[in-house]
Amino acid sequence: MQLIYEQCKGRRAITLDALDVPEAALPRELCRESLAELPELSELDVVRHFTRLSQRNVGVDDKFYPLGSCTMKYNPKMTETVAAYPGLAEVHPHLSTATVYHKHCQGAFELIHTLEKQLAEIAGMKAASLQPMAGAHGELAGVLLMAAYHRDHGNDHKKTIIVPDAAHGTNPASAALAGFKVREVPSTKAGVVDLAAFKEALTDDVAGIMLTCPNTHGLFEPDIKRIAALSQENDSLLYYDGANLNAIIGQCRPGDLGFNVMHYNLHKTFATPHGMGGPGSGPVGVCERLAPYLPGPRVVQGENGYELFTPEKSIGRLAPFFGNFLIAVRAYAYIAHYGGDGLKDVARMAVLNANYMLARLKEAYTPAFEGTCMHECVFTATPQADKGIHALDIAKALLDYGFHAPTIYFPLTVKECLMIEPTETENKDTLDAFCDAMLDIAKRVDSDPQGLHDAPISTPVGRLDEVKAARELNCCKPLGD
Amino acid sequence: MSWIPATEDERRAMLDVVGVDDIDALFEVIPEALRLKSWDMPPGKSEMAVRNHITQLAIKNDVCSTSYLGGGFYDHYIPSAVDALSNRSEFYTAYTPYQPECSQGTLQAIYEYQTAICRLTGLDFANASLYDGGTAVFEAATLAMRVTRRDKIVVQDSLSPIYRKILESHTEHLGVELVDGDDPTGAACVIVQNPDFLGTVKDFTDLGARCREAGALLVVSCYPIALGMLKTPGEMNADIAVAEGQSLGMPLGFGGPYLGIMAVSKRCVRKMPGRIAGMTVDTNGERGFVLTLQAREQHIRREKAMSNICSNQALCALRALIYLSLMGKHGLHEVAVACHSKAEYLKEQLDFVEFLNDGPTFNEFAVRLPKSAETVVAALLQRGIHAGLPLAALDAGGENDLLIAVTEKRSREDLDVFAKALKEAACS
Repeated sequence: MQLIYEQCKGRRAITLDALDVPEAALPRELCRESLAELPELSELDVVRHFTRLSQRNVGVDDKFYPLGSCTMKYNPKMTETVAAYPGLAEVHPHLSTATVYHKHCQGAFELIHTLEKQLAEIAGMKAASLQPMAGAHGELAGVLLMAAYHRDHGNDHKKTIIVPDAAHGTNPASAALAGFKVREVPSTKAGVVDLAAFKEALTDDVAGIMLTCPNTHGLFEPDIKRIAALSQENDSLLYYDGANLNAIIGQCRPGDLGFNVMHYNLHKTFATPHGMGGPGSGPVGVCERLAPYLPGPRVVQGENGYELFTPEKSIGRLAPFFGNFLIAVRAYAYIAHYGGDGLKDVARMAVLNANYMLARLKEAYTPAFEGTCMHECVFTATPQADKGIHALDIAKALLDYGFHAPTIYFPLTVKECLMIEPTETENKDTLDAFCDAMLDIAKRVDSDPQGLHDAPISTPVGRLDEVKAARELNCCKPLGD
Repeated sequence: MSWIPATEDERRAMLDVVGVDDIDALFEVIPEALRLKSWDMPPGKSEMAVRNHITQLAIKNDVCSTSYLGGGFYDHYIPSAVDALSNRSEFYTAYTPYQPECSQGTLQAIYEYQTAICRLTGLDFANASLYDGGTAVFEAATLAMRVTRRDKIVVQDSLSPIYRKILESHTEHLGVELVDGDDPTGAACVIVQNPDFLGTVKDFTDLGARCREAGALLVVSCYPIALGMLKTPGEMNADIAVAEGQSLGMPLGFGGPYLGIMAVSKRCVRKMPGRIAGMTVDTNGERGFVLTLQAREQHIRREKAMSNICSNQALCALRALIYLSLMGKHGLHEVAVACHSKAEYLKEQLDFVEFLNDGPTFNEFAVRLPKSAETVVAALLQRGIHAGLPLAALDAGGENDLLIAVTEKRSREDLDVFAKALKEAACS
């Protein structure tokens, strides 16, 4: 398909009103030498181009998208509708900057304040801030909060953060960004934190521990109570990576498990769209001890309505205003629809669906760990790989069966990893169709290995040469090319 | 609940296959004492009731006043096709293109977006986007530190005070020396903004040359609409351009989601943070696109990654690309000319204020009023006008100083009404 820059020149799509004031010019030396070489197309040309691009994509609305650790649940249409209300979408953020404007953005303030309180309640935290703009940004907020807390308490020696080997790569990267050293602890054969190794790693210099629970193996950490107690004795803070909150929402709360600080992924647990990779939203939640350090300004309820307040020991501003507000609006609508009782059913069905798939698939694929799972099931395709069919081949084959592939090769702790997360919004028919496809692929490992190597054949392009892309870097169409 | 489809019969059938009696059995691993007993959450509401409730919140926000608020975030016209196309669910319900064969729409759009950003900024490489213009400044600073192996960041006072605060919060524990001014000696970079926070248009070409001599990088934070007219960061010898992309088709949305733009020169590209889409071929030799240079990223490098960033604002980048495609080469220039011309017209009407800019301005300017800016703003609120940003609110000016922005959406009549109302409020 053509690039938009390879199409006709000289057409126009949008024209402005004729200029109703005298045309002004800037001194020549302040102006660009020539106009930016942007497309010159009609509106229909542009509409056709992007419609065709969309047809070369797959989203949750098209197909089952069991991407493990990403919680690709259905994004309700109602939440899109409300996020587009002009009374929310068109509010200028600087109405929050000067007090004189505050009475003109009380609805936005109320929504922010209420959602922060609800998120705190959902996770058993004291308070939450919507400022972080993505999960990794929420992690950074969390580790900055830990750093501020320890500095404030004279714990200058606490410069290390413990991260399990199965953690998301963002955990160690975020810890490093806040100036911490990272110490990795291994998982046991059963796929959970090795308590003995954890105890050994938990030295006096440990500022905090970052855990995902259930972890990226899809397993609830059975020693969580002990880990929390040991952390507290050591004056180390326990961080909850909220990536897998969908597994436990309404069943137990990170705060009650002993976690001190966490982030939420509104684009996972609270169904806001993934948008091809973003925008997401990663609010940070804290226990009472850490509340004075939250990013500011914060929306609080005053005598004459909502107003702003910056906590005395605030770690500062992480976003220009209140994070990705229109994403927060969608999450707010999602929570309002479910209510407290409805939310409890989310984790229950997410977990049942994952266990159903585990049960159906384990006759043909090797579970990476024994027993039941939480919201995602993890397999190792090593038996298939021994026959020359790798996790990658299985993933590509699934595309030809009309599904998106699961997550592959993550976590790094599982060889030939296939990580399947169905979410609660998929029905049994869909799960069955996917399992049937997986079982058929398993048979073809022996009967049709070449067919699996050749997959996908139904997609707009076949397998792509990633080495060439990196070696002959071309990430921008050169002018005159 | 309407978004969970399982019927009772299906639940039963699935439990039978799993081999447990009820769903609770699957949660037995969570110690009973830690299980949630009750929480203080409201009951659920129907879709209709939720929409009514949120409508009630929305009407408490004023979006009907004629706005002259800017300060880095601008009320530009968004063509209808931007919403119509970006609202296609094949785009917005997809995730990161981990399976490129079924994500060519995303990947080609990112490649085309990167191309547009390079052409707009006059630089050679762009990433797939960052969170917003403020965190993009931070990412530019740490990129410069990696490239130069220096840890001094020089920040000129042209930079938005909000971005300055975001930079401080993000670098506090990194052993960075943050210095004010524009002396590149021993620095990783000098960060400037064009137009500056008060709207003055600058030429940083000489500073760019001084940076190169001193082995520092020039980072220019810019305003994409203004680049329809203004000298580009590339033409000013900058190595890194960053920008808040909100003006390219993003609604103001009370602060987000926005779009962090980053473009760099060749010497920076392999140390640039964020995703990058690259062109390649498939097994049949057909052109296709993939995420590339992933060895820089956190899922492979973990604590040694270029950044912890694990996403991009892909949907916002798509909106920006659609916006730029609709406006086109000449349309973007016309928007810029309209913004500038209307702002100049308004300035001519304001014969009762002191102008605070030390040079020509693009579409925004700072004025000193005869009385407190908050008082004047309050008076104009009564007349359905958001008169601008009182600079004292950001410690960026005195009590009487007001920052006024004009976009192509304001008509001559709007400007006449505003000038008259401002005069009445300020001089009464």
